[in-house]
Amino acid sequence: MNLSNLSIGAVAKVKSISGNNAISKRLMEMGIVPGVLVRVIKTAPFGDPIEVRVRGYNLAIRRNEAESIEIYE
Amino acid sequence: MEPLEAITKKQKNTGTEKSNLVVALAGNPNAGKTTLFNALTGLRQKTANYSGVTVERKEGNWIVENETIKLIDLPGLYSLDATSLDEKIARDVLMGKLPQTKKPDAIIAVVDATNLERNLYLVTQLLEFGIPVVIALTMIDLAEKQNIEINIKVLSNHLKIPVIPIKASQKKGIEELSIETLKSARSTKVPKTVWLNNGNEIDRSNDIHLSLSGNEQANKKIFSRYKFISDVYQKAVSPFDDTKPNFSEKIDKILTHKFFGLLILVCLLLLVFQTIFSWASLPMDLLDSGFGALGNFVGNQMSDGILKDLIVDGIIAGVGGVLIFLPQILLLFLFISILEDTGYMARAAFLLDKMMSKVGLHGKAFLPLMSSFACAIPGIMATRTIENRRDRLATIMIAPFMSCSARLPVYALMIATFFAGQTVFGFISLGAFLMLAMYSLGVLVAVIAAFILKKTILKAPPPPFVMELPPYRLPNVKTVLINMFERAWLFIKRAGTIILAISIILWALMYFPQTSQQTALNNISEKQKASQQLENSYAGKLGRTIEPVIKPLGFDWKIGVAIIASFAAREVVGSTLAIIYRVGEDATPKSPKFINAIKNAKKSDGTTVWTPLTALSLMVFFVLAMQCMSTLAIVRRETNSWGWVFFMFGYMTILAYVASFITYQGGKLLGFS
Repeated sequence: MNLSNLSIGAVAKVKSISGNNAISKRLMEMGIVPGVLVRVIKTAPFGDPIEVRVRGYNLAIRRNEAESIEIYE
Repeated sequence: MEPLEAITKKQKNTGTEKSNLVVALAGNPNAGKTTLFNALTGLRQKTANYSGVTVERKEGNWIVENETIKLIDLPGLYSLDATSLDEKIARDVLMGKLPQTKKPDAIIAVVDATNLERNLYLVTQLLEFGIPVVIALTMIDLAEKQNIEINIKVLSNHLKIPVIPIKASQKKGIEELSIETLKSARSTKVPKTVWLNNGNEIDRSNDIHLSLSGNEQANKKIFSRYKFISDVYQKAVSPFDDTKPNFSEKIDKILTHKFFGLLILVCLLLLVFQTIFSWASLPMDLLDSGFGALGNFVGNQMSDGILKDLIVDGIIAGVGGVLIFLPQILLLFLFISILEDTGYMARAAFLLDKMMSKVGLHGKAFLPLMSSFACAIPGIMATRTIENRRDRLATIMIAPFMSCSARLPVYALMIATFFAGQTVFGFISLGAFLMLAMYSLGVLVAVIAAFILKKTILKAPPPPFVMELPPYRLPNVKTVLINMFERAWLFIKRAGTIILAISIILWALMYFPQTSQQTALNNISEKQKASQQLENSYAGKLGRTIEPVIKPLGFDWKIGVAIIASFAAREVVGSTLAIIYRVGEDATPKSPKFINAIKNAKKSDGTTVWTPLTALSLMVFFVLAMQCMSTLAIVRRETNSWGWVFFMFGYMTILAYVASFITYQGGKLLGFS
């Protein structure tokens, strides 16, 4: 399961980050590393991007990026 | 004379006059770095560019205990891995690689207390440069409000560096920060990177099964930095409930609402533009009459001759014509500054990203494109926030299609002359309708152009869209004002110098060669003499040369002269037409004298030059053509390539020609005139 499947308000623990180098690196630099808790806040109009809360701040990522974040079910 | 060494030594020991200490200011975006920089340096700061690149270089003098420290404000950074240009420059500064600056003696890391974990990530990287780091902890009061309790002593002990809580707007903690920074900068001890010296970071990263693709080593490094941060964080910060919606999330229930969010965004934009146009009109009129009066005054003081003509008709009229846009530029930057500093701009990008990505643009392109409605120059400068080069180029290439304020006088003149007082569908004024149509045409063409560019020469996989939605905050008045005046000054300097040169060239083209007294018959009127002068001038000859090319668009050679002139800057078309039709200082679109002069202009065969269709064709041409030297100069700077400059000029002007051709010839076929 990946982060884009998570419903609004749900919290999940990050398992791993896949995707190409640029994406995985950027996400990890912003604090999305394995083991961290991520909560989905909302989706933008038209369903993309999504807003998540991680390490006490809010981050917007596209569904495309969210799909590269594997989470524990 | 004292030997150099002695002087240096004296300065170091006694700490008088200028020291050689250099301190770098680093921090995440939105951490309060600019506010701190302004508080430390006051107005003793200057902005330039790092040589060869477009990253802004901000420096200031910070006076501590009678010593003047050079403070370098690094760009706002999330990381120092040198993936973006900003990150690379910051890295070079910290490594002392840049020729103008020596390696900093200390770094002040600005850390946002409400966002401690992610802010500390940059700190772990800063610690790897072997330069002493002092943390300036900002937003303490906000953190307390959110029940985030930070034990500063524990934090400092674990990071092994000083941590100073500050409130820059009230100067709290500034003194302590000064003392600690000075102490660190003077110390000869090379600091150790605590977290790397644990030595077991690789082992730690095996806590969790990692399935990382690509450069695993780099990713492991990021992971172990965060592992270190999590450990420190747990020790220094008492646990609190982070699950309740915070203040910003509550506001966003409305501002990024699926329906109301978009509605509010549209209303806000309308409000901004309405305000820019209405508030700016008074100072613009004042400036306009001011330059008119200056021209008259200088004209009366000087005796007739070439110098007077140059100064009055060339320089004052030309430069004044551009400087009257300053109030609009100032207001635009005021609004952009406020929207950015409150945190709303990120929300706008969030709301619009899906739509923008459909044509291959980044949500962040919204701001530059919006700014371009005032002027493409600040708009293109604002594309710096877009990290991906191809995305940025695509945005730059379409920004000039947004109808800027310099086109407004052209539209206004044409509408006032040919379409005033008419209505469409019985109640909408034709003028307003046409105005909206011109703005929409620009946007439409921009969207199509972006789509094509991103499918062809700027084709690239979609770059990661990872954008912080910073908490809403009240903007700092000083920061907003400084930012506004800095941008305005850059506009005056950059546009001003080019416009000045162009004004002189243009004037010369119309002034030379002088029609000699022998050829000019003495019994003709002053007006005829002037038009004969223009006809025989270089500009006149140029206009005649291009006449066959522009004839299918409905333009004669005089309009051709105005168009050639407008390639320097669009707004000069009005004043050029005024010179051509000899209406003197009454060159404003409202002047009936000017309107009549245009309406009554005759070709050599006696038919009228201008028809409503000609006016429409000219307006369409102005929507799409690349007629702005200053923009091209900025594009050269921002892209660092002449190729893109020529490409932009070429494709926009060809588009303008084709669209104008279709308008005029199509209109004729449909029976309009």
